[in-house]
Amino acid sequence: MRHYLIAGVLVIVLAVATYAGLMAIHLMPVEASAQSIPIDHLWNIEIAIISFLFALIIVPLVYSLFVFRRKKGDTSDGEHIEGNTTLEVTWTVIPLITVLVLAYMGTYTLGEVLAVDPSALVINVTARQWSWEFDYTEGFSSKELHLPVNRQVVLDMQSTDVIHSFFVPQFRMKQDVLPGRITTYRVTPILIGTYEVECAQLCGTSHSYMTAPVIVSSEADYDAWIQKQVAAAAAAAQTPLGRGQQLVAENGCTSCHSIDGSSTGIAPTWKGLYMSQVKLSGGTNVAPGTVVTANEAYLTESIVNPSAKIVDGFQDNVMPKTFGTALTQSQISDIVTYIESLK
Amino acid sequence: MKKFMTSALIRGLLWQLIGWMAGALFVTGIRVLMGLNPFVTGQYFFTEPAWVFGGLVGAVSYVVSTGAVTDWFKWAKGEETPEHREDPPGWDKYLNVSLDHKVIGVQYTVTALFLLCVGGLFAMIFRTELAHSGLQFLTLQEYNTFMSLHGIVMIIGILIGVAGMMNYLAPLLVGAQDMAFPRLNAFSYWIAPPAVVLLLSTLVFGGFDTGWTGYPPLSERAPLGMQMFFLGVAVAGWSSILGGLNLIVTVLRMRTKGMTAFRMPIFIWAAIATSLISSTATQLIGLSFQMVMFQRLFGMGFFDSDKGGNPILFQHLFWFYSHPAVYVFVLPGLGIISELVPVFVRKPLFGYRFVAMSSLGIALVGFLVWAHHMFVSGMNPYLRIPFMFSTLLVAVPTGVKFFSWLATIWKGKIELPTPMLFVVGGIVVFLLGGLSGPPNATVATDLHLQNTYWIVGHFHDTMFGGYIFPFFASIYYWFPKVTGRRMNETLGKIHFWIMTPSFLTLTLLMMRVGLLGMRRRVADYDPALGFDNYHLIMTIAGYLIGIAVLIFLYNLVVSIKNGETATGNVWNSRSPEWLIPSPLPAHNYEQPFEVVGEPYDYGVPGSAYVRFEDTKSARD
Repeated sequence: MRHYLIAGVLVIVLAVATYAGLMAIHLMPVEASAQSIPIDHLWNIEIAIISFLFALIIVPLVYSLFVFRRKKGDTSDGEHIEGNTTLEVTWTVIPLITVLVLAYMGTYTLGEVLAVDPSALVINVTARQWSWEFDYTEGFSSKELHLPVNRQVVLDMQSTDVIHSFFVPQFRMKQDVLPGRITTYRVTPILIGTYEVECAQLCGTSHSYMTAPVIVSSEADYDAWIQKQVAAAAAAAQTPLGRGQQLVAENGCTSCHSIDGSSTGIAPTWKGLYMSQVKLSGGTNVAPGTVVTANEAYLTESIVNPSAKIVDGFQDNVMPKTFGTALTQSQISDIVTYIESLK
Repeated sequence: MKKFMTSALIRGLLWQLIGWMAGALFVTGIRVLMGLNPFVTGQYFFTEPAWVFGGLVGAVSYVVSTGAVTDWFKWAKGEETPEHREDPPGWDKYLNVSLDHKVIGVQYTVTALFLLCVGGLFAMIFRTELAHSGLQFLTLQEYNTFMSLHGIVMIIGILIGVAGMMNYLAPLLVGAQDMAFPRLNAFSYWIAPPAVVLLLSTLVFGGFDTGWTGYPPLSERAPLGMQMFFLGVAVAGWSSILGGLNLIVTVLRMRTKGMTAFRMPIFIWAAIATSLISSTATQLIGLSFQMVMFQRLFGMGFFDSDKGGNPILFQHLFWFYSHPAVYVFVLPGLGIISELVPVFVRKPLFGYRFVAMSSLGIALVGFLVWAHHMFVSGMNPYLRIPFMFSTLLVAVPTGVKFFSWLATIWKGKIELPTPMLFVVGGIVVFLLGGLSGPPNATVATDLHLQNTYWIVGHFHDTMFGGYIFPFFASIYYWFPKVTGRRMNETLGKIHFWIMTPSFLTLTLLMMRVGLLGMRRRVADYDPALGFDNYHLIMTIAGYLIGIAVLIFLYNLVVSIKNGETATGNVWNSRSPEWLIPSPLPAHNYEQPFEVVGEPYDYGVPGSAYVRFEDTKSARD
């Protein structure tokens, strides 16, 4: 009886200590969405259950290892106890009820998370290897996701190539983004701040770098940003250079190609690229060590067929080979104009 | 050395290479006749179809050249072959085709150790890369290839390790002379080495950047290595399916007199549950990979949305095996824990029937939970609810095992030699894996947890606790049975005390960074996240695990020749294999035995589990 009493007290002590400890070290990032609140509530209940079960199993195990160790020289067997049906049924039925209750709570919480606001703001999201593009109904697209605080947003998401996943840790949710089908992500930001959307489904070599800023701002700041973008888009569409810059933003080129001369390690910078001498490590029918001039023809070829000429120090098969078909001739020409402007 | 070079293992490798080239040339010849482009310049010389077909021919050539199928050919031609085939004495029987389940068991186990070490090495390579943010010494493609290969090599390694345990132990524990189909058994083993060659060949074919899950459309775009991965898994799958089938028949048909269902050693229940899964679900992963393979080779549009296919269909097919597969890994491990705990605490296994049924329960419920890997995939959102209920149900039979182990240990007379240390370590680590499971099963919290390092930590705890720790326990425990010698206790304890704290540190930190938002399968992470120190500690812990395993390997190799002699009942067990001297003769028991009592009746003076018949004549 004494053993049960001591172990029982230890179970309670350890369970409380584990729960308190896990709560104290802040397991989760900040709660930045309305959906994160019920999710964290459920999570805390799960942590409480986990802490209790952890103590319930660890305490008798460790206690036994210390107290019921065989004495030196003792070769006798332990007590002959084959089982106890009541006990066995108990530890089958009580966990069964526990998991059913947990599943019910999970269902209920999911319902809260998926709650639909019919007046939600709609933003179209395009994911591609390896960038995000956010298309606003006001008629412009952005590489940053700007959201107004305290208003539900529906992201209608689609991929142009492989499966990606939209994940913002502070929102506590993710949703895969598929080619050929729209999936939705419904979120109500509640905390002004800058976060990051990360691709959470392995999508190829540069998966790690497939991120974009998520900026939650006040309604007024958000409206001001929208106005500014609309005006900028209208002005840019007038010139090849402006269109090129827009296309570059939409297609996420600068995730890998910097425009300020800095090194991303993934792809060559565009600053000062035009008419420079480029050393190649290989390519289609190109001998390693060949040096070419980065003229208009070279830039166009490298967009359409990135494997044709590989710049020394960079890998083949990193850049998607789909731009030749995804972009029109004049769009490619606009992009080249933009690259040429980066002196 | 000459014996080594002329062994089936080496001969097979040579023939695999020849077959590979012959197959590739065959397809290339057909391409020439059809006027298609026969070669790819600047790539891997042959075209993709040529390499894939060659890979298949090579695998078949390997198996045929070893002689594993020779008897079947003879039977087909109407020739007689001897029923039993004795192995020559000496170590080289382990490198050649043997029909003895004990030899095959050792072959499997050594192959598994090799693969687990290779998989571990891959992990160390990319773990080193992750020690600091930024890219250190790997390219992105190399990182993804090592990460993907780590996954699949470990999985195949564990599957082969499971086969090793079941092959060596099952006939001994049920009192059979051998497995039901010895030739099928040999075939199941010899199909594995060429599969391993195919998997490792991905390294020279540009690797693959998809992870072991190989989701299309990404896997449709990956380099040629992807196809070798698909082919390797498909070939290895045969081993698993046929091995499972063989075990089920052996247990159902070849048990000794008196061994009723509830008097079987508890490991046998686990082996049956595992074999039910591996013999019926493995086909699905083979199928899903084959479909992507055909999509690449023939342009079939199974999973291509542009051609009316559906990428989510792949995930259903893939997980229909790949979730139950984790129970294939852990059920035998948990069976080992249930088998060894009574021996080292000198008490009967508490609630034998519930433990036995819990294995079957896990196996059966395990078939109904696959879509919990797809809660954020974009499948029908309402279907997530039933899968949440079914997944959480797995906790019930798993809980039964924990409580039964505890009740067995409670008030026992506990001894802690190395095998028992690993059993206890396995229970603790598997507990962490088990407890970190329900939040993933609950859809609402899984929206955050899915595809983060939390999952990586959870998964590694279940695999190590459920398989790797029991695997080490069983090697330390049955090593004297195989060799007649013991492994060194001190080195064994050093192995345990280095590995266990390191491993717990590693996985708990994985969970920590995962909750804070660290995605899995990334080659690099933003230093602004503040994870650099965590990753450095994880890398150090990873290296310590590596050192612990090296100590184990040293102990293993040295003990084969120089271990303390131990031919008797080393652990004072009631199990039949320990009642006769080690190592065992070719056909196991000279005298058949009859089961006359309960398997774990420790604490009943004078009781016995089995009684050997007095004369040898009883068998004739």
